[in-house]
Amino acid sequence: MPPVPEKRASFWRRFTESRNGLGFLFMLPAAVFLLCFLTYPLGLGVWLGFTDARIGREGVWIGLENYIWLMDDPVFWLSVFNTLFYTTIASVLKFGLGLWLALLLNRHLPFKNLFRAIILLPWVVPTVLSALAFWWIFDSQFSIISWVLIKWGIISQPINFLGDPWTARWSVIAANVWRGIPFVAISLLAGLQTIPQSLNEAAAIDGATPWQRFTKVTLPLLTPIIAVVMTFSVLFTFTDFQLIYVLTRGGPVNATHLMATLSFQRAIPGGQLGEGAAIAVAMIPFLLAAILFSFFGLQRRKWQQGAD
Amino acid sequence: MSIDRRKLLKTGAAIAAVSVLPTPFVRRASAQAAGMTFTPEEGASLRLLRWVPFVAGEEAAWNANTQAFTEATGVQVRIDQESWEDVRPKAAVAANVGSGPDMVMSWFDDPFQYPDKLVDVTDLCTMLGEKNGGWYDGLRGYGEQDGKFISTPLCAIGNAICYRDSHVKAAGFDTFPTTTDEFLKLCQALKEKGTPAGFPFGKAVGDGNNFAHWLLWSHGGQTVNEAGEVAINTPETAAAIEYAKQLYASFIPGTESWLDINNNRAFLAGDVSLTANGVSLYYSAMKDDATKELAADIRTAILPIGPIGQSVELHQASTISIFQHCKFPNAAKAYLEWMYQADHMNAWIEGASAYCCPALKDFSKNPVWTSNPIHEPYSKASGSLRPNGYAGPLGPASAGTMADYVLVDMFAEAVTGQRSTEDAIRNAERRIGRYYR
Repeated sequence: MPPVPEKRASFWRRFTESRNGLGFLFMLPAAVFLLCFLTYPLGLGVWLGFTDARIGREGVWIGLENYIWLMDDPVFWLSVFNTLFYTTIASVLKFGLGLWLALLLNRHLPFKNLFRAIILLPWVVPTVLSALAFWWIFDSQFSIISWVLIKWGIISQPINFLGDPWTARWSVIAANVWRGIPFVAISLLAGLQTIPQSLNEAAAIDGATPWQRFTKVTLPLLTPIIAVVMTFSVLFTFTDFQLIYVLTRGGPVNATHLMATLSFQRAIPGGQLGEGAAIAVAMIPFLLAAILFSFFGLQRRKWQQGAD
Repeated sequence: MSIDRRKLLKTGAAIAAVSVLPTPFVRRASAQAAGMTFTPEEGASLRLLRWVPFVAGEEAAWNANTQAFTEATGVQVRIDQESWEDVRPKAAVAANVGSGPDMVMSWFDDPFQYPDKLVDVTDLCTMLGEKNGGWYDGLRGYGEQDGKFISTPLCAIGNAICYRDSHVKAAGFDTFPTTTDEFLKLCQALKEKGTPAGFPFGKAVGDGNNFAHWLLWSHGGQTVNEAGEVAINTPETAAAIEYAKQLYASFIPGTESWLDINNNRAFLAGDVSLTANGVSLYYSAMKDDATKELAADIRTAILPIGPIGQSVELHQASTISIFQHCKFPNAAKAYLEWMYQADHMNAWIEGASAYCCPALKDFSKNPVWTSNPIHEPYSKASGSLRPNGYAGPLGPASAGTMADYVLVDMFAEAVTGQRSTEDAIRNAERRIGRYYR
């Protein structure tokens, strides 16, 4: 009897004292956390997409039935188009305006820190609150924009911001861009500040124009940051929910329904958990593509360093 | 830590209070039991999940009735509130997991999503019906399945037209039109006078669905037939859409983006002279000094009658269900019996100031319906109410069809010109077919 606990103790001791064993122990909490709160819900979502589960009722396996129905559902395809359009346009605008803002803020301005703090405001305000503000700005009767334009005599009737499909799409994109710019701008500003000033000076001495210095020095050095920032920005935009839900609930006639909002509408109020999950799962390929593009496309070291 | 202790002290105090006053409790309980059919189990306690009240007076009256029930029977009732969109998922999970609240006050077809998880309340509902002049058919439909009551119909949240009397008169109408044809003429005349009407064609959960169902039903359309087979593709539906197109042309621009609150806002700002809403619109106009004058000009009317020749509307309907996992079903039934006793039900209906239209016919005699002419059309809600998913059975399919805005989308697609009338109907047909597969 006595030797057995001794043996165990020694195994435990050997385990904790070995590099790998100890490392495994230290990683265990993080691994458990990821498994419980990331892998499990994701796996469950994928599983639900293959069932006809309703809220509170276990579903049975129905294979690809949900996806076959969605393939044939114009509302779903409209939401795919809306999501891609919304993400592409909003991301390009956010990148362009954000980079521009970052370059401006990187100069020596008076009250530089104050400006930088103010820039962050749209990002700091909770989405629902800023969405509510935009809801009033875009209201079909009480829009401040319409009101001003009518007072100036430019238009005679309020603009139907959220009523016409295309103005509604542009309106929600405008709200999203307003909200997303600070994140891009501040992150790129951080990137800009890591670029040594001496490189720019050296290029200037060699006779490079400001545009050449931007494209040949600043931009290549900024690419890794751009890749990370834009990956996040695209992911946030692609999965946007609150803004649409507050502004339009996907209307008019589903013209602004994103995949995320359609998934919610069908799954929770509609009770069709399986179909909602299938719509959510259908977002994954797009998201993976965005991530792969940024990692393999933008982060190629060769391109960054010019050679090798 | 301090919160825990405080909670503990509070509970302790409550227990102390109860043990100090045992005699009056018992006496009162026996006195009440005389008039009651159901006797609560020994040591029973209940948990009710309900939607967040819209009217403060309604909540106060409900809680006062509950308090009186607790005092009379000793049964503690805990009332949890959830915003009305969250009641459905919470109740569905409670039903299927078999724990959580004992009773739920929910909307529309919810009891039909899990009928086998609910306590049969046929005895209670039959008794209540006999005592109080019978149930309204529409609301009865929300409680009854195959001749058995699975849920107790509670009320309809009435929907009625609110209009500006002076504007309608200025448009040349001395009395409010009662038919859909005359109503269209009124809307067109209002538009000419620059005081247009407006109904939501957007994703307005309550107002949008009310309007869309009225458009369809008043023209004789239906989503499915009695057997639950899709039956939307009919000339009646097409007629409803053509009518909607003409109405839409007379509305204020932008109604396709309206959510639930937009018509209230536009009406109170004076931009719209006619819309449909609950009685809350009138009360919010009364509350604000800036709109007092406007409030005096408000009149209400039921939605006009279409080619089918009778008044039919969706309204919002609420029922109370008892879950089978409830340990004290008799206490739950006793609680409902108590709440439906004439004194208590009348107090509640008065507290809700014409917001809640009773499910039992005798309570329509409540003076609240005649105390103010504004209330009168709302008293008709229970009578004109037709269950969702008409003429098919209630259940997940009818609930899903409404939650997915299939009818709202069908009308909006056609009136905005995104699809032709035929294509809009065909698209709705596909989507309905999916839910009723």
